[in-house]
Amino acid sequence: MFDFLEGYNLWEAFWTTVQLTVLSAIGSLIWGTVLAAMRVGPVPLMRGFGTAYVNIVRNIPLTVIILFTSLGLNQTFGATLGSDQIDTTNFRLAVLGLIAYTSAFVCEALRSGINTVPVGQAEAARALGLNFTQVLTLVVLPQAFRSVVGPLANVLIALTKNTTVAAAIGVAEAALLMKEMIENEAQLVLISAVFAFGFVCLTLPTGLILGWVSKKVAVKR
Amino acid sequence: MTEVSVTKDATPTAEDLVVLKNVNKHFGALHVLQDIDLTIARGEVVVVIGPSGSGKSTLCRAINRLESIESGSITIDGKPLPEEGKALARLRADVGMVFQSFNLFAHKTVLENVMLGQLKVRKADKKDAEEKARGLLDRVGVAAQADKYPAQLSGGQQQRVAIARALAMGPKVMLFDEPTSALDPEMINEVLEVMQQLARDGMTMVVVTHEMGFARSAANRVVFMADGRIVEEAVPDQFFSNPRSDRAKDFLSKILHH
Repeated sequence: MFDFLEGYNLWEAFWTTVQLTVLSAIGSLIWGTVLAAMRVGPVPLMRGFGTAYVNIVRNIPLTVIILFTSLGLNQTFGATLGSDQIDTTNFRLAVLGLIAYTSAFVCEALRSGINTVPVGQAEAARALGLNFTQVLTLVVLPQAFRSVVGPLANVLIALTKNTTVAAAIGVAEAALLMKEMIENEAQLVLISAVFAFGFVCLTLPTGLILGWVSKKVAVKR
Repeated sequence: MTEVSVTKDATPTAEDLVVLKNVNKHFGALHVLQDIDLTIARGEVVVVIGPSGSGKSTLCRAINRLESIESGSITIDGKPLPEEGKALARLRADVGMVFQSFNLFAHKTVLENVMLGQLKVRKADKKDAEEKARGLLDRVGVAAQADKYPAQLSGGQQQRVAIARALAMGPKVMLFDEPTSALDPEMINEVLEVMQQLARDGMTMVVVTHEMGFARSAANRVVFMADGRIVEEAVPDQFFSNPRSDRAKDFLSKILHH
């Protein structure tokens, strides 16, 4: 029944999906945190930049952003991201695009978490003589992160599925292989089912584990 | 009560720790601080009382610039209060603050709460910081709770931890913004006792409170505020037995006879 799978390397394709997801998740967590810090910070210029970035980037389709990294950054401006192999360059461009896009959502999730931290926490920290960065990193963000593990799990699951857009610029991840198989094989429904199952295997544990973590780290008030 | 001079001399002396001059602030149309002049001497305990909305909490918060002021000046130990940045952070480290809602860091243990400022602001050695923290927790009577999280403590215990956290910075002056107003009645005394002890040890204190008993027994001076102004300043005995202003007479008649 599953003979049609022969000759295709599903593991490699899904491994690329996992790599895209993990690297983009780490990158967007960092950049999203920086954006959130800008949006709650005291410097008007940074606040303006953070707000503009989030509102522009989250309203552009991911496909457009990923295509821009290839057609714009790579082919027009010649960015190769430190690789002379086109496959590696495309992979890195896809990660860049995914980070740029996902970080807008990470930023907003985190900002809603910052809003759950009572003002008094930051006031007490300031009253001790901590500076803005210390107040944010030692007192506010640790509590904010704990309250948004759930929403961040949503973002991570969406990111895992969004990596399929990287197929648009030829990154050899799961969706590209699926397209190839659909063109060459007859079992269309089964092929879709196999790939759907593959993604559920990635995202379902993510949701369950982070749901458990969310309860575990919740701040009691 | 020891002898206390309630003098309002114009020139600040070396003994004046906190000096507010002609301080003004609005919240929208509300003129919440109106031409406030107040001098607090080293070692003095000043209790600020007055009806709700009289500006007493704002006054307290303005002293370490949790509230900005529009005009006038505030100096602490001869140094004017900086606007922003590192200089302000340094000054705040020398001013202890205790809040109505305790504001202990919810994600840190009691011990970590008392160590944080020492480690990150004073850059103290971890061992020294822990030793000092445990000593202070012992002093306020919550040493046994050191490894618990704030939410596991009663309100009175939390507020005593908050006092220890402020003391860990070795402050020149302690500000108390209605420290017992959020407490169950039976927990008020355990906090007031710690404050009484601090006052006896010679700490300079500004206390915004509704606890008239504390004002009588621990204050060197009572400052009565109403509608954003300091209406009356006097030693406690004189203020409570013989208030000069009608506003203070009215206030005291409402709270003392029931």
